[in-house]
Amino acid sequence: MALLEVENLEVSFRTADGVVRAVRDISYHVEAGKTLGIVGESGSGKSVSTQTIMGLTRGAQVSGRAIFAGQDLLAASSAQLQEIRGAKIGMIFQDPLSSLHPYYRVGWQIVEMIRLHDKAMNKEQAWARAAELLGLVGIPQPERRVRDFPHQFSGGMRQRAMIAMAMALNPALLIADEPTTALDVTVQAQVLRVIRRMQELFGTAVILITHDLGVIADVADEVLVMYGGKVMERADRRTLFYQCHHPYTEGLLQSLPAYDSSRERLRPIPGQPPSLLTPPPGCPFAPRCPYVMDRCRTEMPALDPAGETPGHLSACWLPHQSAEREQARRQVMEAEPAGSTGAGA
Amino acid sequence: MTVTTDGDVILEIENVVKHFPVRGGVFRRKDYVHAVDGVNLSVRRGTTFGIVGETGCGKSTLARCIARLYDLTSGRIEFDGKDISTLSTGKMRPVRREIQMIFQDPYGSLNPRRRVGSIIGDPFAIHGIASGADRKKRVQELMERVGLNPEHFNRFPAEFSGGQRQRIGVARALAFQPKLIICDEPVSALDVSIQAQVINLLADLQSEFGLTYIFIAHDLSVVRHVSDQIAVMYLGKITEVTRAEKLFTTARHPYTGALLSAVPVPDPDQSDRREQIILVGDVPSPIAPPSGCRFHPRCPKAVQQCVTDEPALESRLGDGPDHLAACHRPMAVGENLHDFRPAIDSSERIIEVPGSLLPDDAGAAPADPVRAQAEGSDA
Repeated sequence: MALLEVENLEVSFRTADGVVRAVRDISYHVEAGKTLGIVGESGSGKSVSTQTIMGLTRGAQVSGRAIFAGQDLLAASSAQLQEIRGAKIGMIFQDPLSSLHPYYRVGWQIVEMIRLHDKAMNKEQAWARAAELLGLVGIPQPERRVRDFPHQFSGGMRQRAMIAMAMALNPALLIADEPTTALDVTVQAQVLRVIRRMQELFGTAVILITHDLGVIADVADEVLVMYGGKVMERADRRTLFYQCHHPYTEGLLQSLPAYDSSRERLRPIPGQPPSLLTPPPGCPFAPRCPYVMDRCRTEMPALDPAGETPGHLSACWLPHQSAEREQARRQVMEAEPAGSTGAGA
Repeated sequence: MTVTTDGDVILEIENVVKHFPVRGGVFRRKDYVHAVDGVNLSVRRGTTFGIVGETGCGKSTLARCIARLYDLTSGRIEFDGKDISTLSTGKMRPVRREIQMIFQDPYGSLNPRRRVGSIIGDPFAIHGIASGADRKKRVQELMERVGLNPEHFNRFPAEFSGGQRQRIGVARALAFQPKLIICDEPVSALDVSIQAQVINLLADLQSEFGLTYIFIAHDLSVVRHVSDQIAVMYLGKITEVTRAEKLFTTARHPYTGALLSAVPVPDPDQSDRREQIILVGDVPSPIAPPSGCRFHPRCPKAVQQCVTDEPALESRLGDGPDHLAACHRPMAVGENLHDFRPAIDSSERIIEVPGSLLPDDAGAAPADPVRAQAEGSDA
């Protein structure tokens, strides 16, 4: 039994321009103690999908189920969610400055969190615990810094304070939404290390949302690739990087500069990401896909098992056995040699 | 002390300093942010010079000094054989045609209330060149050249995606066929698949027009891909400068080593193999930078000399004149920073918190997971 099981999640927003279908019928699960990486570009629905589970997308129309420890979070009342948020599911966001209240001391904000959920703890104990947590995430002189205000912390320290807060009640699941995007690489390494250590010590499951494939390669056990509000591919880390099935995943990996001395031309994915207003009926990636077939434009493929690795799923009409798939690709490429060249406008 | 090259040097920077005053403190003391503190470098024509470093290292300030968007506190900038460091605004104007900038934020760098055609046409208007139909024609040529549809001449920036907006910025920079384009984080705000489009465009334009780029970015793999030479900056100083490849194979400065090891590699095998050197703490304040080598409080190889003497930027360990490092204790090839412990007084160091989850690569007692667990669970 997975810790979190998301089934057929749909999220849409009514806007002045029409209905934005941010997340379209996605399903995934997170195992206890594991890290699920969700990778995708702006507007792929990666953040909305997890925020919805936490009841943080006000005004959205939501359908589907999200079973966390036997309880459907999408059907839960706001009081029930309040109890789960923080205590059982911790969250870290991209921008640590705007997720900490500027008027309150860092320690106070952690104490508030702890005491809200743990009524047995008195003030002094909670402050001591807050200081201890700050120490745990590597903030120097935690007994003193616990009384600092957020602006007295550097960006990396704020993000570490957010981790301390998120982990204060030992949640079973930590949702980290682009936790290191605003940070420098050396600080990013510190923060990822802290998350990983926390996970080793407390067996926390982590959903890590990022656009950085390097971070995914570093920390994820399983990876979900999202595009245009849909899950395109799911695979374990190695399978994703070395035997990906979906052309979008392939395009993403190819568009990165090789981490070696070659300075050969990059191979970008031509074109632009799709609009989520009135998405086309077929595969959202079809307009940019080098292997596109007629069927792709009208019918969305299901997320089916792909390749030889168990648990590897891909939503693509290309044959799912690698040999047949290669042949099909070659046929498409020969018939239409437009390929992956051209910058696209 | 600059990288000596035999080629034609288009830009020569000598001892450039830029300090920003900050007022505050108890006795209304006047402090300075030492944003750029004595930088020397030279850039060859037709090449790409990459500058990497973390937030606050001064790389963007240096770029703006070169474009003379800031006046220098001191130092000298020679562009195409001419000293431009003290030119007046009027004298600077013709030079500005030849030095252009592309900015990071394609949303913030374009006026949302003006049409794209007039944004790209601005350089023509400012310099009083080409008007009316002629200007429109030239703008449309530029749009076409950067991969925008010339028919979108009358659209507003909001109607374009991030990648297309960055193309608008590139078109505007190209208006007068500049010699030098300073790209300040040109692809950082773009999605991966779009990043590659813009990088390729920049490469095409370079070979077509023989452009010289100064390419500033924090993404090392992008910088490595585009650059011929790379300089690493830390707290307003260049710590190491060399050919792009050499930086990645034979980094001399421990900061370069740590920086390179921290970059996440999009390859699980490489990612599992590499040994990360995790630096302790944060970059110190540029208002009161550390004495001696500015990296010494975080450096695993620091010795007393690093606290007292500032290392010169020069060739180390038998490197040629094209590889300079400002370090008293440069790294040999194959050396592992994990094997070193700083030999300086602890008051000079940023020290790891005992019991924290961060491993200690800089010298204190290693984090003890058992103890951390006990601390974590007993409260």
